[in-house]
Amino acid sequence: MNFVTPEIAWAPLAPILIVLVAASAAILIEAFIRTPATRRLVQLAVALVALVAALGTAAVQWALLDGAGTVVMDGMITVDRQALAWQSMILVFGVLGMILFAARTRAGEESFTPLGSTAPGSIEETLARRKGLQLTEVFPLGLFAVGGMMLFTSVTDYIFLFVALEVFSLPLYILVALSRRRRLLSQEGALKYFLLGAFSSAIFLFGAALVYGATAHTSYSAVAYAMELGGANDALLVTGAVMIVAGLLFKIGAVPFHSWTPDAYQGAPTPVTAFMAAATKAAATAALLRIMYTSLHPLEWELSWLFWAAAIASMALGTVLALVQTDVKRMLAYSSVAHAGFILVAFAGLEGEALSALPFYLLAYGLASIGAFAVVTQVRERTEDGSVGAEAVRLGQWAGLGKRSPLLAGAMSLFLLSFAGIPLTAGFVGKFEAFSAAIAGGGWPLVLIAVVASAVAAFFYVRLVVLMFLTDVPEGAEDDIAVEDSPLVRLVIWVTAVATVLLGILPAGALGLLEDAAVLLVSLGA
Amino acid sequence: MLSVTWLLIAVPLVSAFVLLLAGRRADAYGHWVGVGASASAFVVGLIAFVQMLGLPGEERATSVHLSSWIPGTELNLDAGLLVDPLSMTFVLLITFVGTLIHIYSVAYMEHDPDRRRFFAYLNMFVAAMLLLVLADSFLLLFVGWEGVGLASYLLIGFWNQRNEYATAANKAFIANRIGDIGLIVAMGLMFSTFGAVDFATVFDAAPQATAAQLTAIGLMLLLAACGKSAQFPLQSWLGDAMAGPTPVSALIHAATMVTAGVYLIVRSAPIFNGAPDAQVVVALVGAVTLILGALIGMAKDDLKKALAASTMSQIGYMMLAAGLGPIGYAFAIFHLVTHGFFKAGMFLGAGSVMHAMNDQVNMRRFGALRGAMVVTWVTFGLGWLAILGLPPFSGFYSKDKIIEAAFVGEGWQPWVLGGAALVGAGLTAFYMSRLFFMTFHGKARWTDDQHPHESPLLMTVPMIILAVGSAFLGLILASGDRFTHWLEPVTGHVEHHEPVLPVPVLIGATLVLVIAGVALAWLKYGGRDVALEAPTGSLAAITARNDFFQDSVNRAALQRPGQHLTRTLVYLDATVVDGAVNKQARGWAGLGEASRRLQNGQVRSYAATMLVGLVIVALIIVVGGR
Repeated sequence: MNFVTPEIAWAPLAPILIVLVAASAAILIEAFIRTPATRRLVQLAVALVALVAALGTAAVQWALLDGAGTVVMDGMITVDRQALAWQSMILVFGVLGMILFAARTRAGEESFTPLGSTAPGSIEETLARRKGLQLTEVFPLGLFAVGGMMLFTSVTDYIFLFVALEVFSLPLYILVALSRRRRLLSQEGALKYFLLGAFSSAIFLFGAALVYGATAHTSYSAVAYAMELGGANDALLVTGAVMIVAGLLFKIGAVPFHSWTPDAYQGAPTPVTAFMAAATKAAATAALLRIMYTSLHPLEWELSWLFWAAAIASMALGTVLALVQTDVKRMLAYSSVAHAGFILVAFAGLEGEALSALPFYLLAYGLASIGAFAVVTQVRERTEDGSVGAEAVRLGQWAGLGKRSPLLAGAMSLFLLSFAGIPLTAGFVGKFEAFSAAIAGGGWPLVLIAVVASAVAAFFYVRLVVLMFLTDVPEGAEDDIAVEDSPLVRLVIWVTAVATVLLGILPAGALGLLEDAAVLLVSLGA
Repeated sequence: MLSVTWLLIAVPLVSAFVLLLAGRRADAYGHWVGVGASASAFVVGLIAFVQMLGLPGEERATSVHLSSWIPGTELNLDAGLLVDPLSMTFVLLITFVGTLIHIYSVAYMEHDPDRRRFFAYLNMFVAAMLLLVLADSFLLLFVGWEGVGLASYLLIGFWNQRNEYATAANKAFIANRIGDIGLIVAMGLMFSTFGAVDFATVFDAAPQATAAQLTAIGLMLLLAACGKSAQFPLQSWLGDAMAGPTPVSALIHAATMVTAGVYLIVRSAPIFNGAPDAQVVVALVGAVTLILGALIGMAKDDLKKALAASTMSQIGYMMLAAGLGPIGYAFAIFHLVTHGFFKAGMFLGAGSVMHAMNDQVNMRRFGALRGAMVVTWVTFGLGWLAILGLPPFSGFYSKDKIIEAAFVGEGWQPWVLGGAALVGAGLTAFYMSRLFFMTFHGKARWTDDQHPHESPLLMTVPMIILAVGSAFLGLILASGDRFTHWLEPVTGHVEHHEPVLPVPVLIGATLVLVIAGVALAWLKYGGRDVALEAPTGSLAAITARNDFFQDSVNRAALQRPGQHLTRTLVYLDATVVDGAVNKQARGWAGLGEASRRLQNGQVRSYAATMLVGLVIVALIIVVGGR
């Protein structure tokens, strides 16, 4: 038996490798540094350095890229500008997310439980808190998630895609369960996320198996090639393709695969929600784009049924359900379902425009999401003894926030307006680009529905703005809400707010870069 | 070098942001950062100016492309700057006078706890004003236009702990909004007529448009100019704007921002050249305002409000000149520059007086200040001589040219416009002399707790520099028609026209009227005792003192009907619009409640939803696809 060492071009993989190696190193750090305070600082530093280094390497790769891109590992991975654009975006979200992970309240309280293995409310939990234990594993977990997501955007093989999917999903399941406050809710959300995630992974894997059965290939381009030749068994192939897409729609959070979103978003520690909302959606959209454009495009007509149905259902259900929510995090979760619908709108007709429109849309959406959830971490309830408690997530508790903290309420309003797609925010440009792509692809009925849904959606976004600025603090409730001012969170809010405005006013630069990235490399004959 | 003109805007803008964001920790040095930003903008402007001088006239207009701003199919907009002699004139005026006023403010605002914020706003103003004059399209100009409006609003209401000051800020803001509608509509008309809003395209295409289209655009631009430059009928806000700190009045409400309307008209010359009717309206608005401002100035006892009325009147002169067409453009800008120096100088002098007199502004409480404040007296006096238009001081060269130009023409126009300009000169002489004599001459009428003293060097040096400018700038720029030639690439070459009366007669008449005005003022206010309380006076005096009841007119003509309209609209909104929206929202919410039952929190039903959905879609596709 002859074993041939594969030739691997390491350089194009450098951004992903840096993150994954740093994640592995971070686990070792867990074992060797025993003082929690030091460990937290070291972990944060390692994570940030790794992410920024990866971002730098990605930029270098972008500049060095010769032609459309490079195929690595015998067609398992493709590194092109499209992949690098998504990877950079995920890295930016990662940096912002890690900073939120590290933020603490004035009283030094973290977002994560001191010891994840304790039962909520148990003596062990109290003991762990008293002893000052800290759960710094969140940083390596976050790094693994980032690395997995980056891989996810670049993979061009169904089996390897499954590996990447699990690499970024498993850390997220754990992270969701680690909330410091409302731990039961957190664990419930995590369990639901895990069970449904496993279910959807199974669906995806089954779909990939069916496609393999029909075409005898697992590589994207080879599957497409086999379909073009027409030698494949039709029903098997279509069913497989539908299941593959369904698995990805789960990650995007589109109806009917959205049920995990509200529970996971609400239960997760808010920094995790922020990171997950922004990055997971981006990674899943990137993977779906690549599959639809390079592998399943011969089935475009058949799959358009699925896309149209999911898009319409997501927009309608997400919007309608967001209207009746009384919890800020749940409202934002349903708004993310509606946004999943808007994202799917851009897939109509598989036009080239979508290749630059969708990255911009996800960037705008991700920045606003991280910013909005960062604001949520700062608005807290005051407990009876006057200390600062859990986050105030009931909508009513946000009344008069504009008077308590004009900056915070102003930033939140900006993010909400960006979600709603009001001009001069990044969200507007994103929607405009995405809907233009859909119209170019003949999806004008979808765009019509999307515009109506946007109008209805504006109602619940603006309702929160009105609540913050035009409603007075209820009598006698003046001291019920405490506004935190963690410098780390402030930094994240400032960065996302400035970026949201800048991308709204001067989108030309970013759009120009993304137009350069609107190229997908397809390797033939593999 | 010209390509780095963006620095002119970027430096003060960045400084403004830094000062605002740095917070209290920058209190100790923040004001010097502000001064530095303004001064470095001046240096950049100066270098660009020297470079421009090295170029022949026709090459002096440079476009600086910054970035593509709003790329689109129909309205393709690039953000770019237009550096030509006209914008360069403004750049130098804004940054030079601006820097002097920044320095002055360091001392003037010394005891204000919010001095850093004040400098941040001043920097923001400088940046916005430079953007306004450097923009190469009406849309980018509009960004600067709104920017200066915002800075002006923030600075008028800087001491917003006083309710009336906050109200004054609101009033200025609202009057400006009315003007802005004009600019927005004008841009809309341009887009429908020419398909673009950038200067190059619009001005190239203007000769092909019909007179009616150009007149409509011109009138809308005039409305914008009236709001920003406090011209009739939108003039009422300027007096109240004096609530802001005095350096603000000097920079924004005398030297630069209020003259933006004149800039807009002169910049849009190709449009007005094709719309003679609009030009006549511009000139008439100018003439009415110059007389109106002078009359108001005669009756005011508040030092700053009298100066504000005078600003209004002087801008009326510039408007009048701008409305005369090519023969007047250069003189409008010339007067704008000299006015920028002498009026800013006088405002700084007024600030110095207020500094010495415990913020007193009532001139009936001044008198005999020349002994106590020699520098202020001399510098203010030079500004006074300049605004009177006596040779060889600056105002003579600029104002006399406007009067001459106003007398050029046929039919009724030269007599009405020229007459107004001539009478205005006499009125100006009277009320400015009244102001000067009441403040610095006569007997001291101070209250007991006032002990006037000269201001510190940081305040007097800018005053001295501006006073030197008030004295000699006109002479320097007018000799050999230097300034007119400098602006020629923009305003166009003009053949000499003879006024309807001989020029020596006009100069003589002007001087006689001015001297008569000064003499009358001396008799009434210089030589005699001034009553501490204003006499009831004639109906005319009361009318003028109350700004010609402009506030009451506004209230009756705009505010009351407006309030009724809003009340009706609020009612309609509450019952009809909100009713519909709420009903609809209730409908949606009902739908939401129903769908909410699907989200029952049980994983098995979630998984079932997924599975059922998947199966349905897969069946449709597989079966239906065949």
